[in-house]
Amino acid sequence: MSDRTEFRFSGSGGQGLILAGIILADAAAIYENKNAVQTQSYGPEARGGSSKSEVIVSDSPIEYPKATKVDYMVALTQEAFNKYINDIKDDGIVIADKELVTDFSNAKGKLYIIDMVKSAREELGKLLGLNIIALGILVEISGIVSHESIEQALMKRVPKGFEDYNKKALEIGFKLAKEIKNNK
Amino acid sequence: MIKTKFNYDKYLRKNTLPHIWCPGCGDGIILKSLLRAIDKCGYSKDEIVITSGIGCASRLPGYVDFNTIHTTHGRALTFAIGIKMFKPRLKVITVSGDGDALAIGGNHFIHAARRNIDITLIVFNNYTYGMTGGQYSPTQPRGSYSTTTPFGNIEPPFDVCNLAQAAGATWVGRSTSYHAVQLEKFIVDALNHTGFSVLDVITNCHISYGRRNKMKSPVEMVKYQKEKAIPARSSQNMSPEDLAGRFKTGILFEKKDMPEFCSEYRKELEIAKTK
Amino acid sequence: MTKNIKLMQGNEAIAEGAVIAGCDFFAGYPITPSSEVMEVLSNKLPKIGKAFIQMEDEIAALGAVLGAALGGAKAITASSGPGMSLKQEHIGYASMCEIPCVIVNVMRGGPSTGLPTLPAQGDVMQAKWGTHGDHAIIAITPSSVNESLYETIRAFNLAIKYRTPVLILTDEIIGHMRERVVVPDKNDVDIIDVKLPDVPPEKYNPYNYTSGKVTPLAPMGEGYRYHVTGLIHGETGFPSQRTDVIQNAQNWLMDKIYKNIKDIEKFEEFQTEDAEILIVAYGSTSRSTRQAIMMARSAGIKAGMFRPITIWPFPEEQISNLSKRIRKILVPEMNMGQIIFEVQRNACGSQVYGLNIVNGEPIAPDQIYTKIKEIAGL
Repeated sequence: MSDRTEFRFSGSGGQGLILAGIILADAAAIYENKNAVQTQSYGPEARGGSSKSEVIVSDSPIEYPKATKVDYMVALTQEAFNKYINDIKDDGIVIADKELVTDFSNAKGKLYIIDMVKSAREELGKLLGLNIIALGILVEISGIVSHESIEQALMKRVPKGFEDYNKKALEIGFKLAKEIKNNK
Repeated sequence: MIKTKFNYDKYLRKNTLPHIWCPGCGDGIILKSLLRAIDKCGYSKDEIVITSGIGCASRLPGYVDFNTIHTTHGRALTFAIGIKMFKPRLKVITVSGDGDALAIGGNHFIHAARRNIDITLIVFNNYTYGMTGGQYSPTQPRGSYSTTTPFGNIEPPFDVCNLAQAAGATWVGRSTSYHAVQLEKFIVDALNHTGFSVLDVITNCHISYGRRNKMKSPVEMVKYQKEKAIPARSSQNMSPEDLAGRFKTGILFEKKDMPEFCSEYRKELEIAKTK
Repeated sequence: MTKNIKLMQGNEAIAEGAVIAGCDFFAGYPITPSSEVMEVLSNKLPKIGKAFIQMEDEIAALGAVLGAALGGAKAITASSGPGMSLKQEHIGYASMCEIPCVIVNVMRGGPSTGLPTLPAQGDVMQAKWGTHGDHAIIAITPSSVNESLYETIRAFNLAIKYRTPVLILTDEIIGHMRERVVVPDKNDVDIIDVKLPDVPPEKYNPYNYTSGKVTPLAPMGEGYRYHVTGLIHGETGFPSQRTDVIQNAQNWLMDKIYKNIKDIEKFEEFQTEDAEILIVAYGSTSRSTRQAIMMARSAGIKAGMFRPITIWPFPEEQISNLSKRIRKILVPEMNMGQIIFEVQRNACGSQVYGLNIVNGEPIAPDQIYTKIKEIAGL
């Protein structure tokens, strides 16, 4: 139980957070032969509303599939930040987007406010891929899987013609996470 | 009128007879017409599937020596779709009463028509729920009486044929149990059609319907069928007043070469294989 | 066997299992949280030349499945919540007419529209008693994605072997979670196929109430012409109101399942050998239970789990045997108390406790552990 590492991608429907979770779980379970379980929780909205996607990674079999003491969380809306912050570990890491989350009065764990939206806009030219940037950040900061594994898992699920775009998004995530690490 | 004596025994499950239908009921005439039509089309007994729902008409499959499925109330077409789609080489016929096909089964009726799946539906339309004691059905004429419209029916009835055509059926016809020769011919035509065919057969239930509507005997009811039926062609020049209370008979709608569900699905399989 | 390992959703694993089992036909209707079973099969089945159709409603979906099954298809449908309520009449028809089929129920919160995207285990009793009249049913409760795949194959086998509807009672957690699955090759699993009867058509009766053997269902259109009706029928398939026929038919529907319970039952025991507290849990709740037991064990409480995989027919004998030596039993369920009564009936006077949490969240290991401590008097 203690070797569980719990990840949570949170935001709103349509941001691709469930996909980000799936890619992380795939990288861990298939490319690194670890135990990994991905779950999600969402409301009736296909777009909007709060949604979360969780990934548990462990060396031993995973029984309870949902996160209970979250090690790493990304929040891409204020609503999700408020709703899903409660079970962050005291030393858990929370990454919130600088533009999408502005009220941090409920903050728990170690909070890092990162301007993912700005990076996406400037380096990708559009916001599509914010989920992959978030994925890159959590992978880099946690070191849970190798860059190679996450890239392989990502490429398996990216539509043809968007490989480079997504690879770039992932690298933006790695870069942003390195900045956090350096500032630690 | 029928020139050579037809051997019904070839198709009947004699061990399941006598049937449950009341003396004078029109359902037996439809059954015999159906058997002659199947014979005329030359189908083998093994390739015919008949599904039915619940009600007097739906007891028909038990009496005939084919692959027969007496299903649940209103759902005969859903079983028909399942077996037709899985084994398109089979000839699938559904027999159903008016309540079965158009009230509880109304949704399946319109969707089978929309798909234009190669199934022939024969509606035994006697304006009533005969088996349960004569409650009003969705085809019962306005103003008529039943055990549940003791003050007269305030609801307008469905026109089975208009409904079928509007929903997408590609062969639509109407006959009566009085017009047995025409009925047989229409069933042959419906069976030969590729696509969803609906034959509305006005039949008589003097026990549950006629008795309450001044047609106590089968004779009176058959007279009603004879007098009220108006061939579609003759109806063209008639005023709405003259047509009131009457029903059109004939092949009312036919459209050949429309995409049929099972052959469309076979095409889809070819596409899917390459993906 | 070369290992084909995939990350898969529970619902996807059911679809994968169906394909491996040789599924020929799917008919369904969209409903959360089961729709992925339909979506995946809408893609997989046409590619291998099999039939897929989305019907106009839930009732039609099972109707089409039964029609296809009468034609000899291995057929499956999937639904949830209100969809399962609508399917009940045709489940009864399948039982009565002994038509093999697999019905997946990805349980969500109820009653009525309830909680479409959130889990529950509130349909366990519906699975057994949902349709009117006496009948036996087989229902299976997988607790992982991997198990969802393998149990779907077993469900098809049981359906054909015993000519009965088989329910796969999964839940939103298992249905939607993704984990690693070892996808077997068709040749590495036991598969029971639809066969023609071993008697010529003129000697074929579609039913057999007396010999104790299940007569194979002849696929329609192969020369075995017979009649199928939801009315009580004799061995020839034709309706009957003879008292002896009625009683024989009724007995047979129960006996063919209960007299073969050894072949149908499946369960897992976890640390029951020295257990002083037994936890009976199924589906996703059994995962939390296993974790709670590990927590209890490290605190010195001897807890163990009995997990029914086949939940209907209920493993009465196993519960009865275990309760002879384990006098405290806990039954955690995501419902207001359903399987607990089956446990109680067979618990030989053991103290049976419930833990019933129905709030849209799975029951957490902590909640079960707290209850274990309470029962242990700690």
